[in-house]
Amino acid sequence: MTEIIISIFLLIGGALSVLGSIGIIRFPDVYGRLHAATKSATLGVISIMIGTFLFFLFVEGIFVGKFLLTIVFVFLTAPVAGFMISRSAYRVGVKLWDKSIQDDLSGHMIHEKKQTQQKVKT
Amino acid sequence: MAFQILLNICIALIWMLLRNEFSGVEFLIGYLVGLLLLFVLRRFLRFDFYFRRVIAIFKLMFLFTYELILANIDVIKIVLSPKMDIQPGIIAVPSDLETDWEITLLACLISLTPGTLSMDFSEDGKTIYVHSIHVPDKEAAIKQIHNTFEKAIMEVTK
Repeated sequence: MTEIIISIFLLIGGALSVLGSIGIIRFPDVYGRLHAATKSATLGVISIMIGTFLFFLFVEGIFVGKFLLTIVFVFLTAPVAGFMISRSAYRVGVKLWDKSIQDDLSGHMIHEKKQTQQKVKT
Repeated sequence: MAFQILLNICIALIWMLLRNEFSGVEFLIGYLVGLLLLFVLRRFLRFDFYFRRVIAIFKLMFLFTYELILANIDVIKIVLSPKMDIQPGIIAVPSDLETDWEITLLACLISLTPGTLSMDFSEDGKTIYVHSIHVPDKEAAIKQIHNTFEKAIMEVTK
């Protein structure tokens, strides 16, 4: 019974990782790709880690805290990484997809640029 | 709050000494006994019972996990659909949260929810710029961020 549950966790993790990779190829621009990369990869890794943790706990009888720590750190780092990549991509000037509808950030960026220019002058 | 946790750990240590057994399980039992004592005495201690906050943290973690699973189903649906019928864009989401810590948490939460990815902050930290896959239903997304996430975060920090 435990083996079935462990295999389900591992299979879900593997499937999510594969789907996330397909998503990275299929989405049209950087920002869309980050959606696939942050979400699917996070849950995929977490699911595999839970499966491994359960395997060591029930089959081998060892409590391995490292796996739980891995889950915590993946949870913490994945959104931050997505945030930093998208932020720097926008600042470097990577274009949005042609069919994008709205861009509220461009006005903010122009405003920010003006302020820095003024600071340089004074 | 820090004082209460210290008190609780002290009670757990005393419990371990009294039982003369030094193991993780005994510490846990002692901690639970201390928790019960603090709960009973909460009206005489002149401060709030801190475990209410811990429960709020657990609620927040549960919300996190639930939203993450929903987000994955959403992404899988888009990835597996033969046509890319998405309407992406960047929207500005105003927020009422004040400290940096709260806003960071909110940005993380937004990143892991269906169809949204936080991208940038305004300078005063009052607006978060969010990349969304479905711009037409942005009202619903903003409403959800306000009603569910901000409330859950407030419960932990207030």
